[in-house]
Amino acid sequence: MEYEPVIGLEIHAQLLTESKAFCGCSTRFGAEPNMNTCPVCQGMPGVLPVLNRKALEYTVKMALACHCTINELSRFARKNYYYPDLPKNYQISQYELPVAEHGWIEIDTADGRKRIGITRIHMEEDAGKLIHDDTKPVSYVDLNRTGVPLIEIVSEPDIRSPEEAAAYLRSLRAILVYLEICDGNMEEGSFRCDANVSVRPAGTQELGVKTELKNMNSFRYVQRALQYEIDRQIEVLNGGGRIVQETRLFDPSTGMTASMRSKEMAHDYRYFPDPDLLPLRVDPQLVERMRATLPELPDQKKDRFIRELGIPPYDAGVLTASRELSLYFEETVRLCPNPKAVSNWIMTELMRQIKGEDAGLSSCLVTPSQLAELLCLVEDGTVSGKIAKTVFDEMCESGKDAPSIIKERGLVQVSDRDALLAVIKDILEQNPREVSRYLEGKTKLLGFFVGQVMKATRGKANPSLVNEILQAELAAWRPRSG
Amino acid sequence: MPDLYEMSASQLAEILRDKKASAVEVTRSVLARIESVEEKVRAYITVTPDLALEMAADADRMLAAGEAQPLTGIPIAVKDNMCVRGFKTTCGSRILHNYVPPYDATVVQRIKNQGMVIVGKANMDEFAMGSSTETSWWGPTHNPWDFNMIAGGSSGGSVAAVAASEAVVALGSDTGGSIRLPAAFCGVTGIKPTYGAVSRYGLVAYASSLDQIGPIARDATDIALMLNLLCGHDPLDSTSVPREYPDFTTFMNKSIRGMTLGMPREFFGKLENHDVVRVMEEARKVLEDLGVTFVDLSLPHLDYGIAAYYIIAPSEASSNLARYDGVKYGHRAEKYDGMIDMYCRTRAEGFGPEVKRRIMLGTYALSSGYYDAYYLKAAKVRTLITEDFKRAFSRCDAIFCPTGPTPAFAIGEKIDDPIQMYLTDVFTIPVNMAGLPGMSLPGGFSDQGLPVGFQLIAPHFEEGRLVQLASEFQNHTDYHLKRPPL
Repeated sequence: MEYEPVIGLEIHAQLLTESKAFCGCSTRFGAEPNMNTCPVCQGMPGVLPVLNRKALEYTVKMALACHCTINELSRFARKNYYYPDLPKNYQISQYELPVAEHGWIEIDTADGRKRIGITRIHMEEDAGKLIHDDTKPVSYVDLNRTGVPLIEIVSEPDIRSPEEAAAYLRSLRAILVYLEICDGNMEEGSFRCDANVSVRPAGTQELGVKTELKNMNSFRYVQRALQYEIDRQIEVLNGGGRIVQETRLFDPSTGMTASMRSKEMAHDYRYFPDPDLLPLRVDPQLVERMRATLPELPDQKKDRFIRELGIPPYDAGVLTASRELSLYFEETVRLCPNPKAVSNWIMTELMRQIKGEDAGLSSCLVTPSQLAELLCLVEDGTVSGKIAKTVFDEMCESGKDAPSIIKERGLVQVSDRDALLAVIKDILEQNPREVSRYLEGKTKLLGFFVGQVMKATRGKANPSLVNEILQAELAAWRPRSG
Repeated sequence: MPDLYEMSASQLAEILRDKKASAVEVTRSVLARIESVEEKVRAYITVTPDLALEMAADADRMLAAGEAQPLTGIPIAVKDNMCVRGFKTTCGSRILHNYVPPYDATVVQRIKNQGMVIVGKANMDEFAMGSSTETSWWGPTHNPWDFNMIAGGSSGGSVAAVAASEAVVALGSDTGGSIRLPAAFCGVTGIKPTYGAVSRYGLVAYASSLDQIGPIARDATDIALMLNLLCGHDPLDSTSVPREYPDFTTFMNKSIRGMTLGMPREFFGKLENHDVVRVMEEARKVLEDLGVTFVDLSLPHLDYGIAAYYIIAPSEASSNLARYDGVKYGHRAEKYDGMIDMYCRTRAEGFGPEVKRRIMLGTYALSSGYYDAYYLKAAKVRTLITEDFKRAFSRCDAIFCPTGPTPAFAIGEKIDDPIQMYLTDVFTIPVNMAGLPGMSLPGGFSDQGLPVGFQLIAPHFEEGRLVQLASEFQNHTDYHLKRPPL
């Protein structure tokens, strides 16, 4: 039987506020354990939470970017469970009334754009971290992360393949990064993903029994875990078995998922409205203020690149998938107004240098203005495109700008017609056999002559000029008499 | 002149202002009183003489510098569920027997800013769960009028300290009657302000939506002075209400002629104790003579008050008390096998039976499948009770009713019968459910010579009206001036 996977994703995104969700402690990453804590986030007796307005503003921004309805009244609820990294032994979260509901975002799939529903976006606080001593049966608690604001973004079960899941994650992450409310770092845990997966006979509507997948801390792992889990469920069903509702952990070392706890063992979180926090009224004026600050979002930018700059859709998608890359592109185009040339250069040369990663881009030594300068030198014929690649590689290594590299290494393109004519005449003289064969119809030999000219000029000859002169000279060729 | 420790805050303030005594002398007088009677009363978990004398010296500096405020130099007892930085705050529980908070509660900060003198941390029912101060891990507080009797609870220590002159005023907290009931049992004046009037930051939570800090004092004047100190918005407490509060002393000595007091028949219909019935009648007569009219009215949902309270309060408590797990502070079991076992043993050893009972009640009520039937239903009852009061206040200025159904009962009498103990709060709980201000003041004595109080309830943020009524009542009676023969 043919099966269709049904996937919904729950994303936790750490908000980039300066201070924590319910106290004034710093959210800075990497401090000494428990340095960024106070009685409130340590869960001391008697303390009370006070909501960080910035966290609410960021949540509203995300809700607007995801086309959500923002609830004028929402509530914080306590999610009760015991764990040493949770000092109050409850997490302040939202349950019945989240900040926002009923939204959507679009993703690119092989079959074109597809809309994925967003069920809800709610605010909550992060837990701390346990550090285990491998030599003793002792664990330590670090509460620096405790109380850092998170938003949870829950999708509708609209996703139909691991590829779509990855596309959804990338889109969502791009939106968060464009909004500058989350750094989107999956490896460091500031952007986390859990998945609900089930399969059903293709063409049917009823949902199958789902499992929940956890511990997928990279885009690649999400895809692998989903694929494994889909295959596993189909195999179970094909073998006449039943899917058990449970939580499963992905093990990156084996690529497999394994049962963590069954439905019967599931926690009863005993949610109830947090009496320490008043019902949250989201002022419509705040919503409008946030709407006014929304930047151009990835999809809008992509459409504009296609429409106004004539960039092919695929390239526009790549250029806008990362906020940093899109800003790099736009800045370069501002200084070198040939969008296609800039796009081509970024898509090939720059991507090769940075290995397609944001981290590579931020550590890349070539600034947009330096790249623009190089591309302008190609445009005005100072260097050839080929030479420019060599120059670019050196720019990436040394951080020097193009003119100084070109000058140091004497790479200025030879566009002097007379100088090139002299070289070309010499080469034709020295290769009479090839010339005859060319004249007999072996026109492919033109490339040979171009190569010889380039060799003689150490690559600096202006290629189009070389072509032009060569063809003219060959057409009019008369061996030098005497 | 009577001994300094016997005087009220307003009297002492005058003496201090006139330099007839120093704050250190006043403090020494109270500390000596504690020394002489504390063994019999057991009002305190921790007496803090060093802190007190240091604060008194600071107060004298303020007085000398002309920076004195109305309560500068006045000795105060603080219930042991309010954090005083650097001093044990145990909540009457073994699980916090060694807990020293690293911060001050907002009310403690206000006490310090005013230059008051903290003489000790007062005994209380464990986590304020109880009506008799018998559930304290440190043992019961004795009623200064009869040591065989309970002082009431849960703020029994704070109230007994004021009644026995071991403090001039005290801070208590009131979740279902914990200030008013002991105040009635020990013959002093106590008020639970409107929910949101006084910051809860630094008050160790029992039931967050009901807890409220309030003052306990000898008379209405001191209550007004304390309300001036305590009421006010606190940005650290999201449930604290940002609004302007009046100077409560302006309500003193003001005629109450023409005021109307409502008598809920659901309350008076339940009264069986003849001492309480008599005191209510006598108090009514005094007030009538002062020009007050009484109207009979109905608060139809009051009967569900206790039932709903014992869903909401334990539900919140089950979550609030989850943090006492032996991981971060407080008691930790000595021997355990793994994390879960540490949790279990720590909590089994650290909490007393009443606290355990309420944690279990609350955990059950919040469980999946029961939430709607219990917590949600109780929340609806709470709304109905609030609306009952709102309707009642369209017909009267305040409500007049008993504080407790009986005078103080004997130590040990109800401790093994939780339902009987819970019923003690039948007249006080609805006030917390509706978030209203409620005051208990001395109304007379039982045939046995035990104090009997009565209760006045006002609309939200009308504490001034309660001060006005109490002030006039006390101007024409002397029950509040009686002292136990210690």
